[in-house]
Amino acid sequence: MTIPPLIEVRNLTTTFGKGPGAVRAVDDVSFDVKPGETVAIVGESGSGKSATALSILRLLPNPPGRIASGEVVFEGQDLTQLPESKMRQIRGNRISMISQEPMTSLNPSLTVGLQIAEPINQHLGLSWAESYRKAEELLSRVRVPDARQRLAAHPHQFSGGMRQRIMIAIALACQPRLIIADEPTTALDVTVQAQILELLKDVTRESGASLILITHDLGVVARYADRVNVMYAGRIVEATSTHALFASPLHPYTRGLMASIPRLDQAAGSRLVPIPGQPPDLSRLPAGCCFAPRCAEASDRCRVGDPLLMTAAPGHMHACWNAPHVH
Amino acid sequence: MSGYVIRRLLALLPTLFIASVIVFVTIRMIPGDTIDLMMSQNDTSATRQSREQLESALGLDKPMHVQYVSWISAILLHGDMGQSLWTSASVGHELMLRLPVTFTMGVMALMVSLIIGIPIGVYAAIRQDTLGDYALRTFSVLLLAVPGFWIGTLVMVFPSIWWGWSPSIRFVPFSVDPGAYLLQLAIPAVILGGSLSAIVMRLTRALMLEVLRQDYIRTARAKGLPVRVVVIRHALRNALVPVVTLVGIQAPLLFGGAVILEQIFVIPGIGLLLLESVANRDYPMVTGVFLVVGVAVLFINFLVDLSYGFLDPKMRAR
Repeated sequence: MTIPPLIEVRNLTTTFGKGPGAVRAVDDVSFDVKPGETVAIVGESGSGKSATALSILRLLPNPPGRIASGEVVFEGQDLTQLPESKMRQIRGNRISMISQEPMTSLNPSLTVGLQIAEPINQHLGLSWAESYRKAEELLSRVRVPDARQRLAAHPHQFSGGMRQRIMIAIALACQPRLIIADEPTTALDVTVQAQILELLKDVTRESGASLILITHDLGVVARYADRVNVMYAGRIVEATSTHALFASPLHPYTRGLMASIPRLDQAAGSRLVPIPGQPPDLSRLPAGCCFAPRCAEASDRCRVGDPLLMTAAPGHMHACWNAPHVH
Repeated sequence: MSGYVIRRLLALLPTLFIASVIVFVTIRMIPGDTIDLMMSQNDTSATRQSREQLESALGLDKPMHVQYVSWISAILLHGDMGQSLWTSASVGHELMLRLPVTFTMGVMALMVSLIIGIPIGVYAAIRQDTLGDYALRTFSVLLLAVPGFWIGTLVMVFPSIWWGWSPSIRFVPFSVDPGAYLLQLAIPAVILGGSLSAIVMRLTRALMLEVLRQDYIRTARAKGLPVRVVVIRHALRNALVPVVTLVGIQAPLLFGGAVILEQIFVIPGIGLLLLESVANRDYPMVTGVFLVVGVAVLFINFLVDLSYGFLDPKMRAR
């Protein structure tokens, strides 16, 4: 028996701008997340990872961004069709978000206590006093010392890592079923990164929430994700379990990403292999496969035909003409 | 915090001293002095002797620095700002009568500018580049461009032509009828606050647009908070610090407008008092008015500094 997914993104397309200059930041993206699962979205900057996350919560800056087509089915409802008032009841309540920049994502002029208590008061209908009490619990749960005193502090009195813990506390406030973490550790020191990711793993496991982990770091994927979607130029180019991805990466882009990270078991003196070239300009995508201009294995077919996702094995999809696939 | 307050207050003293010197000297440098005016009104055959008598009777024969020292020491030691050269009325007493009127009008004008300017600025920002935004911005340019004395004149003239109504020129003191007192100040206050509201509106709009782009606004929206809470609690609060500064800086300029509007609407505030006193070269009265206005300006700036502490928690920590 298969467990129905908690959230299912189907053929989601998000555009920025209007008319001929419009850019497809998210292009026909489909994936799902099962209850309690951690699904990673990996890709370079500008590959559409954050745009996907913001589309799910309908928080794209509009204009210029808007969802052009597709569905986001969460707990049986298509979020793209909900009225704004219903969508507000989902944000911060059923689905919450942790953003990339802890330094700028908290309001500088409000106390952290208020900022954590806000969604509790808003969604759970608790009084402010009760909301603050819950905020204190949350703050100790994300391991901020002296939680009670710290409620009255302002964001500038915290370090980056502590602020990200506060962001996690806010995200956890209403016991959401899904947390979207958009590069939660990119702006942090390396030593703090691991702490934050461990914390995120622990709290999602405790609460049984699902996690969409957006990152450009394959190391993070290997350690924390159950399944992975690799994005390139707004599309998913490979989707499979974390185990399968590292065991047998099929898309040349995925292999390129792996070759470009340093490894401890590499022969001394061997060089990293970068992916040549730049990600494409989304307003002038090449014909055929978007990755073809940078791909060493590209054939004539790649420069003409646009590869859609193909199945290589159960649960392993890719968009490459040259990788093995079943018909 | 209290150390900060005391330091700020001490820093006002040199400014006050310089202001008092400037005020005292400049009025005495206007061509045509009090004596000339008095002589020309009373007696055409004024002799040199009677002129000197009058000068010494009024204490104007002494060198200017001596006059200054006796003036300032009377203020500092006895709180005595001297007497009118014309009516011998106490300057301090006259100011006490007039100041509340101008102060009330100024506060009303500030409130008008904030009540109009902030909500319109916020609205224009959240509806950026829509028809409403353009209309409101055009309206604010209009408010800025049209001088207060012109609107004031229109308000005096046109309602009386059209409806046979015009603002009363008989002044009702607060003690007689508080409602009527406030009402008669309302029209000049709205005119005075109108142009300031345009500045407030444009600044609020610009700052809100800046703040609404911040990451923490997205965080607030991602919490599922209603638009009202996101805009007011999360955005406006952060946009307000520069608006408060602006209003603080603009407050003294209101006094300039008050001088003109008090004249038009015949309101016995210190603006009108100043105008009369300058015309009469009533030195003690003019210096008294300027000194009070100067102190008020410095005090308002001081309050603006303090208000940062309440609006910006980073300042409070220092």
